[in-house]
Amino acid sequence: MTVATPEVAVARRAALVAAVPRPWRLAGVLLAVAAGCVLPFAVSGFRVFQFTQVGIYAIALLGLNILTGYNGQISLGHGAFYAVGAYTTAIMIDRWNVPYGWTIPVAGILCFVVGFLFGIPALRLEGLYLALATFALALAVPQILKYFEHWTGGSQGIVLSKPEVPFGLPLSQDQYLYFVTLASLLVLFVLAWNLLRGRTGRALVAIRDHPIAAEAMGINSSLYKSLTFGVSAGYTGVAGALSGLAIAFVAPDAFNVFLSITFLVGIVIGGLASISGAIYGALFTQFVPNWAQDISKAAPWAIYGVFLIVFMYVMPHGIAGALRLLWRRAVRLTGTGPRS
Amino acid sequence: MHWTSRALALLLTLALGLGLAASPAGAQTPGVTATEIKIGNTNPYSGPASAYGTIGKVIAAYFKKVNDEGGINGRKINFISYDDSYSPPKTVEMVRRLVEQDQVAFVFQTLGTPTNSAIHKYMNQQKVPHLFVATGATKWGDPKNFPWTIGWQPTYQAEGKIYAQYVLKNVPNAKVGILYQNDDYGKDYLKGFKDGLGDAAKKIVVLEQSYEVTDPTIDSQIVNLKNSGANVFFNITIPKFAVQAIKKSHDIGWRPLHLLNNVSSSVAVVLKPAGLEASKDIITARYLKDPTDPQWKNDPGYKDWVAFMQKYYPDGSLLDDFNVYGYSVAQSMVHVLRQCGNDLSRANIMKQAASIKDLALPMLLPGIKINTGPDDYYPIEQEQLARFDGERWVNFGEVYDASKK
Repeated sequence: MTVATPEVAVARRAALVAAVPRPWRLAGVLLAVAAGCVLPFAVSGFRVFQFTQVGIYAIALLGLNILTGYNGQISLGHGAFYAVGAYTTAIMIDRWNVPYGWTIPVAGILCFVVGFLFGIPALRLEGLYLALATFALALAVPQILKYFEHWTGGSQGIVLSKPEVPFGLPLSQDQYLYFVTLASLLVLFVLAWNLLRGRTGRALVAIRDHPIAAEAMGINSSLYKSLTFGVSAGYTGVAGALSGLAIAFVAPDAFNVFLSITFLVGIVIGGLASISGAIYGALFTQFVPNWAQDISKAAPWAIYGVFLIVFMYVMPHGIAGALRLLWRRAVRLTGTGPRS
Repeated sequence: MHWTSRALALLLTLALGLGLAASPAGAQTPGVTATEIKIGNTNPYSGPASAYGTIGKVIAAYFKKVNDEGGINGRKINFISYDDSYSPPKTVEMVRRLVEQDQVAFVFQTLGTPTNSAIHKYMNQQKVPHLFVATGATKWGDPKNFPWTIGWQPTYQAEGKIYAQYVLKNVPNAKVGILYQNDDYGKDYLKGFKDGLGDAAKKIVVLEQSYEVTDPTIDSQIVNLKNSGANVFFNITIPKFAVQAIKKSHDIGWRPLHLLNNVSSSVAVVLKPAGLEASKDIITARYLKDPTDPQWKNDPGYKDWVAFMQKYYPDGSLLDDFNVYGYSVAQSMVHVLRQCGNDLSRANIMKQAASIKDLALPMLLPGIKINTGPDDYYPIEQEQLARFDGERWVNFGEVYDASKK
């Protein structure tokens, strides 16, 4: 049982045929990075905060996409790793006065270990059964956090101070946090790109598309699967740590089951098995619920539901898939054939 | 000496900065024009705590009524309320939107303890009034460290103190057994109760038992409490466990003086499921008129509330305490804004919120008055006890004041 429906595979093959040429793609990425760097100087502090959250969501969504989109394991429990990351940061800063910069990688590594360990028994579960096991994780974590009150502050949570801007940089706290997030995002995206484009990525996709054939090819399926779970959890943990810093407060109520479902919605909307999809998904996760609320105060979630259905009808392969399709049409119309 | 001159320079710069920051007090307050006052709010209209959402709706309805009647000094209230689903990160985002983008004059009645904790520092850094927050925690009354935040309802500690006063006065050989939820809420009640007992606490309290909110049952705690020989039972539990506690103590034949925290005083949610017979003679503390209580049927305050509900919020339930709560807190807010006169600077709004004198409201129990001061950020500190007669709560005795010893 895999998530990869034949359509996804077809879409990917089609995408390969008319892939955006490399220099174009590089230019696009550079342009996006440049826009990302200019952005916090062009908008208000509140917007900067919102885009910081977009960056944080993008990291978490990329983590989940590696697991679900590339490797075909469904997780309904990534909110739990997000919570572990946030609490790692909060407890380290609050209890041990660790400089916040160190807490981000520690949160990532801790979540990698937790995810890897969770991945081992979870290997026996596939598809929907794995989804249920991870769902249990999402349900349990908020209560477990309340139980260890001495460390976690119980239901009242832990209040943090936002990191001060270092070296006298001429930035506001919001802008500084934005750049910390952007830097983490770039590093993690490059890592993911390196991981997924080569042997490892092909192995993950092979396990997703045809586990038996993959094993026959000599891929150590169980090792790859639990490692993928670990990497995915690690990414989400880093996102959680950044969110702890950006919100400057952690409490169990912030990490309910709905958060995990939001992540899953985000990767499907953004585009499964697509790195850039994580960013589109993050934009959706951040802004669409707010728009829904602006349209109707009475039934914002109904409006959100309509958005979801429309997105799925119009862009069955997510936003990333739709953009690929548009590119192909453009290529065909202008007559500039694909290079390969 | 070099470093001293530098430090001095730094101090001077700081002082200058502060002076500059403080000087434009006379300037126009964001969100206030000659015809409008913008007020921000967050409420859980969706999500696990959405039962509270009605509070935001009833407040909006009340402000509409005020606007229809001409507003406040000619200014209409523009009440902007966003859904935060009881999620602290969402509250932070929505409150920043209110303050930085919508430019509200102040934030009012944000609901929930964790959600308000998440914006507590921010509001005080921004110096934006954070008024009458909807939570019973004690931390909101801290004018020294958080001068821009003020609570409204009686705190859990205040209520605990009131039970202590009652026990000291009325139960001569009191031996108290306490069951409490092991978190901030339970500990707040416990602290208030013990503070109220004062030095007598060590003698009077014979056994304290706690439970975790994740526990399946509290039967063994009740048995322990009975075996301790306690003749007073202070029951600090949320509704689910309150039902169990009432049932179990009834089943094992333990009939102490039963003090039940206001959190679980709902007849429909707690007492009926626990059994009306088993619930008889339980005592709780109240400060609002119970809309289901027949004794208010001809009370002008109650009739006005019903008329208001029918005209401005016909979807709202006439049986729901939250609609009484929202109505009363909105009235407190209007009182403060009228008291501000034409000086609607943030500093003055905060100052007036902290200078309420003997304000009685139509749906507060008779005798209960709201009082605040520069050092008193606890608006309601009085409550009256009520005894359950097998059908409804019957108020009795004087109005207790937790601020008095």
